[in-house]
Amino acid sequence: MPVNSLRTADRETPSRLSLEISGVSKTFGRFPALKNVSLQAKDKEFLALLGPSGSGKTTLLRVLAGLEEPDSGEVRFDGEDFLSLPVRRRKVGMVFQHYALFRHMTVAQNIAFGLSVRKRTERPARSEIGDRVQTLLSLVQLEDLGKRFPSQLSGGQRQRVALARALAIEPRMLLLDEPFGALDAQVRRELRRWLREVHDRAGVTTVFVTHDQEEALDLADRVGIMRDGELKQLGTPNEVYENPADPFVYDFLGAACRMPGVVAGGRLTVADWETVAEKGAPQGPVEVYFRPDEVALAPPGGAGLAAEVKAVAARGPDVRIECLVEGQVLELEAHGPTLPAGVAPGLALRIKPLRPKIYTIA
Amino acid sequence: MTLAETRPRPGARLSLPAVMMVLASVAVMAVLVVAPLVTVFHDALSKGLGKYLDAIRGPDALAAMRLTLLVSGISVPLNAAFGVAAAWCIAKFEFRGKNLLLTLIDLPFSMSPVVSGLVWVLLFGAQGWFGTWLIDHDIKIIFATTGLVLATILVTFPFVARELIPLMQDQGADEEAAALTLGASGLTAFWKITLPNIRWALLYGVLLCNARAMGEFGAVSVVSGHIRGLTTTLPLHVEVLYNDYDFVGAFAAASLLASLGLVTLLLKTGLEWRHAGELAANRRP
Repeated sequence: MPVNSLRTADRETPSRLSLEISGVSKTFGRFPALKNVSLQAKDKEFLALLGPSGSGKTTLLRVLAGLEEPDSGEVRFDGEDFLSLPVRRRKVGMVFQHYALFRHMTVAQNIAFGLSVRKRTERPARSEIGDRVQTLLSLVQLEDLGKRFPSQLSGGQRQRVALARALAIEPRMLLLDEPFGALDAQVRRELRRWLREVHDRAGVTTVFVTHDQEEALDLADRVGIMRDGELKQLGTPNEVYENPADPFVYDFLGAACRMPGVVAGGRLTVADWETVAEKGAPQGPVEVYFRPDEVALAPPGGAGLAAEVKAVAARGPDVRIECLVEGQVLELEAHGPTLPAGVAPGLALRIKPLRPKIYTIA
Repeated sequence: MTLAETRPRPGARLSLPAVMMVLASVAVMAVLVVAPLVTVFHDALSKGLGKYLDAIRGPDALAAMRLTLLVSGISVPLNAAFGVAAAWCIAKFEFRGKNLLLTLIDLPFSMSPVVSGLVWVLLFGAQGWFGTWLIDHDIKIIFATTGLVLATILVTFPFVARELIPLMQDQGADEEAAALTLGASGLTAFWKITLPNIRWALLYGVLLCNARAMGEFGAVSVVSGHIRGLTTTLPLHVEVLYNDYDFVGAFAAASLLASLGLVTLLLKTGLEWRHAGELAANRRP
């Protein structure tokens, strides 16, 4: 699916920094979970940490919550040294991957927990807690389910209870660990927009961990892509999608076609196709990446990679075209109306990548 | 093969070999379990209810009962606390030597109770490592209540821990972590989250621990010294009376232990029936 269409315009964010992570490292036994990670988030920003499992994104989130202590590095929030604060004093609302609802408490008791465990002097009156719970229940659209137990709720409902419980303490920062991980695709998409609305209304800095690139690009103000404990790239959804820092990020953000090429004298040569290399492109043998839907198809006489169509398969409005280029199979994607008539197996044509990205061979 | 396939269809007729097998099991159960149980009550009441009541109201019998209640009253709560602490450590934290600790917790199960008693004698007995020091300071452990409690604790240590560990491992530490992020202290998280989540399993473990603590013979026998009215618990009292050919007395005391067993069984079954999902016993493969 073309991610472009899902993405909304990059949102303007206030410029005041709220979260500053610098040089955070963490090792579990011999396994380095975080390697010198530094990043900053602005006030009220919605930040997504994107990466495959084991990339360290959840560990980073737990460091922010105070559930893990980093071996080195610094975390500041609103200028305050966050690492010196114990978990309970950080006032971060955390939504766990499997929600971690208190199974022996009702939905209302779950949401009230953060308020009812406060010191007597800081605790709101019982009636006030009740009112807050009702407000939060209606915020998460579960007005009538306050007396239910978590086991009597669907996955999507549990997720919303977990969010309401985290919001009840009026958190300074919201941390979400794969909040949609355990839900089916339909519910995910519904909750996604809703979560963004809740964030905008609550007005708190939010860090959101996911392995779903579509979710991250769709939802976040900025996306940080992690791999093997390192932050590979951080930028707005547009920035990272248009200019992936390395082949890994390119691959991770969407489907990719890959061809070997050579850059010399400002020109890029891939097989029999020659074009202008972008400024600052590496010299010598390179790997050329392009998105399967960012290509122009031309007749055999035109410019581009000489290809032979092997198969054409329609998938709803999109068409998948399997081509043979230089003995290598490429899977292209085209939208029905833009597909030149007559594209069928056996046809010879030329493929011209519209926005090739050039990376040095790793 | 799934469970559904092994379960007989409702209304399905049992084949002849199956009927024979069922009858055979019932017969074995009758001979090995029911008959001895009936014998206990039969012999206890063989000289009439009056003699029975005299036997269990005698000063030595009452002293034995008091001692049994005292010993289990001390060792069961202690083991409940130790068990919760051990299970909590093992289930919620990663640390070196975790497997060693697990093995140690299981040790009393695989060791003869006599050994569990003997170790205390070797440590605190007159000829033991600390024997002279204890005598010099006039502290009595062996042949005294303290020794009985120590022996009982050692023998019954695994019951609570073993019941809780699989359950707590299964529940993970996320709920406690959530409680902390919501502002709860560690202690609050323990009282309000951990304990309620394990309450039925804890009760189950305590029940089994108590049954064993009250019924323990071997370990207690080694450290007791069998001083009548002073260091004989109920099971030891049974032995003493039996060796004195006081069969009514012995069986009367035994009937109390048997009743304890039956009550334990009843409560245990009730728990299993009512709170099956929250008991670790049902999670083991």
